[in-house]
Parts: sequence; C-alpha cells; structure tokens
Amino acid sequence: MLYREAGQFKSTYAEDQQIFPIRQDRIALAVFLAFALGVVPAIGNQYWLGALLTPFLIFSLAALGLNILTGYAGQLSLGTAAFMAVGAFMAYNFVLRVPGMPILLAFVLAGICAAAVGIVFGLPSLRIKGFYLAVATLACQFFVLWALQKYGWFSNHSTSGVITAQQIVILGYPFDTPARKYLLTLAVVAVMALAAKNLMRSETGRAFMAVRDMDVAASVIGIPMMRTKLLAFAISSFYCGVAGALHAFCYLGTVEPEAYSLDLSFRILFMIIIGGVGSILGSFLGAAFITLFPIFLNLASTWVNDFFGVEISHAVISNLESIIFGGLIIFFLIVEPQGLARLWQITKEKLRLWPFPH
Amino acid sequence: MELVFFIEVLAGGLLAGVMYALVALGFVLIYKASGVFNFAQGSMVFFAALTFVSLTERGWNFWLALVATLGVMVLLAVATERVVLRPLVNQAPITLFMATIGLAFVLEGLSQLLWGSQPHGLELGIPDVPMEWLSQKWNVNISQFDLFAAFIAGALVAVLALLFQKTRIGRALRAVADDHQAALAVGIPLQHIWAIVWAVAGFVALVAGVMWGVRNGVQYALTFVALKALPVLILGGFESILGAIIGGLIIGAGEKLAEVYLGPYVGGGIESWFAYVIALLFLLVRPEGLFGEKHIDRV
Repeated sequence: MLYREAGQFKSTYAEDQQIFPIRQDRIALAVFLAFALGVVPAIGNQYWLGALLTPFLIFSLAALGLNILTGYAGQLSLGTAAFMAVGAFMAYNFVLRVPGMPILLAFVLAGICAAAVGIVFGLPSLRIKGFYLAVATLACQFFVLWALQKYGWFSNHSTSGVITAQQIVILGYPFDTPARKYLLTLAVVAVMALAAKNLMRSETGRAFMAVRDMDVAASVIGIPMMRTKLLAFAISSFYCGVAGALHAFCYLGTVEPEAYSLDLSFRILFMIIIGGVGSILGSFLGAAFITLFPIFLNLASTWVNDFFGVEISHAVISNLESIIFGGLIIFFLIVEPQGLARLWQITKEKLRLWPFPH
Repeated sequence: MELVFFIEVLAGGLLAGVMYALVALGFVLIYKASGVFNFAQGSMVFFAALTFVSLTERGWNFWLALVATLGVMVLLAVATERVVLRPLVNQAPITLFMATIGLAFVLEGLSQLLWGSQPHGLELGIPDVPMEWLSQKWNVNISQFDLFAAFIAGALVAVLALLFQKTRIGRALRAVADDHQAALAVGIPLQHIWAIVWAVAGFVALVAGVMWGVRNGVQYALTFVALKALPVLILGGFESILGAIIGGLIIGAGEKLAEVYLGPYVGGGIESWFAYVIALLFLLVRPEGLFGEKHIDRV
C-alpha cells in the first residue's frame, strides 16, 4: 500500500502477532466495517441489500468453508451444496420442533449437524485421495439431497419438500426487512471470517497446510492424519452448514432441496478458484465476482441492445454465461492460479514502492 | 418365476452397466495417456451427440454426419490440447482437473448456443423392444437395443485394444502413460500424443452419445450420464480399460438389483446414489480400484 510499517514499533509478542500489524490497515478495516454496518443499510435499496449483498455474504461464507477444506487442507470436495442443505433444513427443524429455540443457537446446532455429516463423508479421505475423494464427496451430494426429498420429516411433510423459513426474532427484535437481514448476515459472516483467519494461523491451520502440501510427510513429522483430516471436514462443513442456514433464513426464505444441487457446489468451487485457493480474502473476492458477474452480463446485453439494436435472448445469455465462466476458470488456472487474492497482493506490493520503484 | 425375474433384472443391470462403461472408457483413455481426470467427458458426450443429431436432422446422410462430427471432435481435441493442456503442463493434477471442469462449462454452453437447447430424438433403426424369442422361450425380457449396445461396446474395446497394443501410436501412448519425461526423452512428441488421445476420447464420446441418445433422447440431461460413469471409474480403477468394463457391469447390476430388492425398504429412488456407495465401500478395501495401479507414497 501507499503506507508501510516504518515507525510502528512492537514491544510485546501479542502486538507482533496481530492479524493486521500495520496501523493503517487496522484503521482501513475499521472504517470499512463501519461503512458496511452503518452506512450501507441506510443508503442501499431493497434490491441491493436483499438480492446482491446478502447472497454475496452468504456465498462468501460457503466459499470460506470450502476454502478451509480444499484450499488449506487440500481435500477436494464437490459436496459443498449438500452441507449447505443440511444446515438449511436442520436449522428449520430446530426452530420448528424445539419451542423457544433461539435462532442463533439453531444456526450453530445446524452447523454442528452439517459438521457431523461432513465427518461421516470425510471418513473415506483417510484411505483415498485426490480424484477418488472428489468422487466420494459426490456421493454425499446425491445422498443428502435424496434423503431430504425422500423423508418427509426434514421438510415437515410438505408435499413438494419445500420449507419456508420461520421469522427471525432475536431477543424480541424481528429481523424482517432486507436491511435487517443483511445486518444479521454481515455480523455472522464477519465473526466467522475472523475466527477462520485466526484458526488458519494456529497450530491447527498449520497442520492443515502440512497435510495439503504432502500428507505422507506430514504424518511422518507427527501430525495425526485422522484427527487433522476429519477436523478439516468438520470445520468446513460447519461453515457451509451455517451458510446454508443463512441462505434459507436470510436470503431465500422458501427453499426446496433442489436449490442445493451439484450446480451450486460447482459455483462455490469456482468462487474459490477465481478468488484464490487457500486465502480468506479470496473467498470473498471470488464470491463477489461470481455473484456480480451474471448481473453485469445482463447489463451488458441491454447495452448491446441499446447500441446495436440486437435483441439477445435469455437462453443465449445463460449459455454465454456458462461459456464465459468456464473460459475464466481456465484463464485463471493458467494465468494466475492463486486467483484474485494474489492479484490484490501484487497490487499492494507494487503500491508499497510507488511512485519510486527504484 | 422368482429366478426368471432375478435373471431379467440382472441382465438389464449388466446391459445398463455396459452403457456406463461406454462413457467411462473415454475417461480412462485420457487418464491413461495424460494423467488428466477429464471432467468434461460428459459434456463431450453431449456435444458430440447434439452435433450429430442436429446434422442428421438437417438432412445429412447418417455416415456423412458421423464423419463430420468425428471431424469436429478431432478439432476440439486439437484446440483443447493447444489452449488448455499445453499451458498447464507440469501443474498439479488437481489444477488440470479443475481446468476440465471449466472446459465442461464451455462445451455445455457452446453446444446449446450452436444447436439450441430443445431435446432431440434419435433413431438408429434398432427398436428398443424385448427380444421376441427370448421372451417366448424363457419369458425373459431383454431389450434388443441393449444387446446391440453391448455388441458396440465390445467392438469398441477390441478396436481400442488393437490400437493400444499393435500400432505405433499405441506404443507411444503407452510410453507417455508410463512416464512423460522418459517418453519425451526418446523423442515422442507429447503434444501430438495428447491431441490424438483426446481425439480418440472424442470418438468414444460420440459412440457413447449416440447410444445414450437413442436410449434417452439427446438432451441436456446427457451430461449427467458422466456422473454415473464416475463410480464405474473409481471401482474399476482409472488406468484400466478392462476395469471400466468390469466396473460398469458391477455398478449396473448392483444398482438395478438394489433398486428392485432394497429400494422398497427405504422408499425407492436409491439409484441416484447407490452406485457411489458401492464404489465407496469398494475403495475402502482397495483404494486404487479393481485394476488401478498401486501407488506407493514416498516422502
């Protein structure tokens, strides 16, 4: 950045190890958070808050969960959407079946249920690796959706398997408008992102990365393989489960199991590839990109329509969208495998020396 | 009666398994020669079938359309090698895998952009009806078309085996599969080999696409067939053509038997995931599949 750490002396270990060691970074983050918490709900309209920012935050959380598993612990998963589905449906059931259940506790319990499912389907990871494991997580994806559709208990015996999330009330305060739902989502996501950031700097996080880089070597230096891999699955699915609960309660409201199809799993995988594998910031950048891109494409098509008078049909746009997505994935993998997060890092390093790079 | 029914279900499952194996073959080919797990195989099946059926519907002769589609698949193979694979040489296998997911999206979008997304029917002149003499003599219903598909699959495997074992290209392919670097060192052009193997996989995709197209119609759902081929693949092992066939048979038979005998207990519809469970249980015993190569990890 334009500033650097010159003149900021650290006299304790705690100061030396804080997440943002430079004062300007801390100030910038505080200003950014204050803006997101205080100003955005006031100036944003219903469309911006309800249809753009809230889903962006929720998908960031899901991408963060996948990033913990795939980016940090190196276990490729194609079952993200299934964990989200577990979170959504279990949160609904906890609120429905336990009288007086506080909603935040329901979210946490739903996350724990998702974590349990994650551990079960993570068990094969102890024996199998790489592509074989990716296929094993596909089993989770299909099995969970089948179970949710087959057993009426999950959707309270609604005929089409659709659940309608209950109203969110915390300490008597209803979260019913898009702005309030956005605030709730933001608070949950901010806390969990901070927790993830800290977790990845801890012994657990370093163990994850050792397993990712080479699991045989990691076990040779004494990292317990079973505990580390299962923990990665559990934490990752917990994040995805909470994201799923938020997805149902704060974003869609009414959800069917089909909303959590394999397609969603792929979209979240794309978020972390484009955003940056193994980066907390990357999860957010990738989610922002994937959420905003279709909207940009729609805008672009109206511009084309205005300028050239060529009507572009909806089908063409959705096909173009998948072509461009696929192309971008390949492009990013070739040009910048570390994704947008790496580009941001490069920019920061360049700016540190700017305008006198020599 | 009970036994006849069992045989009928078993035979139906085995023949369905052959259809899965047809798709799985394409995966195996590419994995063997380049170590890439090609997620786009399903999209290639869809792309090939849609191109073929669209050409025939525009009045092209059957063989002409077949050759033209084959040409398109070869072009696609060359383009894939040039644009996707070559810049990613020496990257981690997972990176290549994710690149093929991207390729799958491009192909799905492209094929529907070119040919539209409405489903097409496909006829080869072989009716999908039970064989008469079998049903009269033993009261067993086995579809004529299924047998034809099995025959095609057998012929395809024979041709591929010949290609791999008896030709110069086959030797080069096997050399590349064994060791990229050693193959390069003795002067085998890696890039040509990759283009060739993707073209062969495109051909297999075309055959599989036509077969599945006759069975279910040519439509977007065809891309999901590839997901069905994945358990077949991990059961048989990624590196083995024989494994793809045997894995297909096991999965096909297991799935149908489970649906009929186990399904009623849990409410049916277990076909969507049962194959994965068979494959998973299998992997716990043999992590490299039935015929896959054993991996030895070294630090």
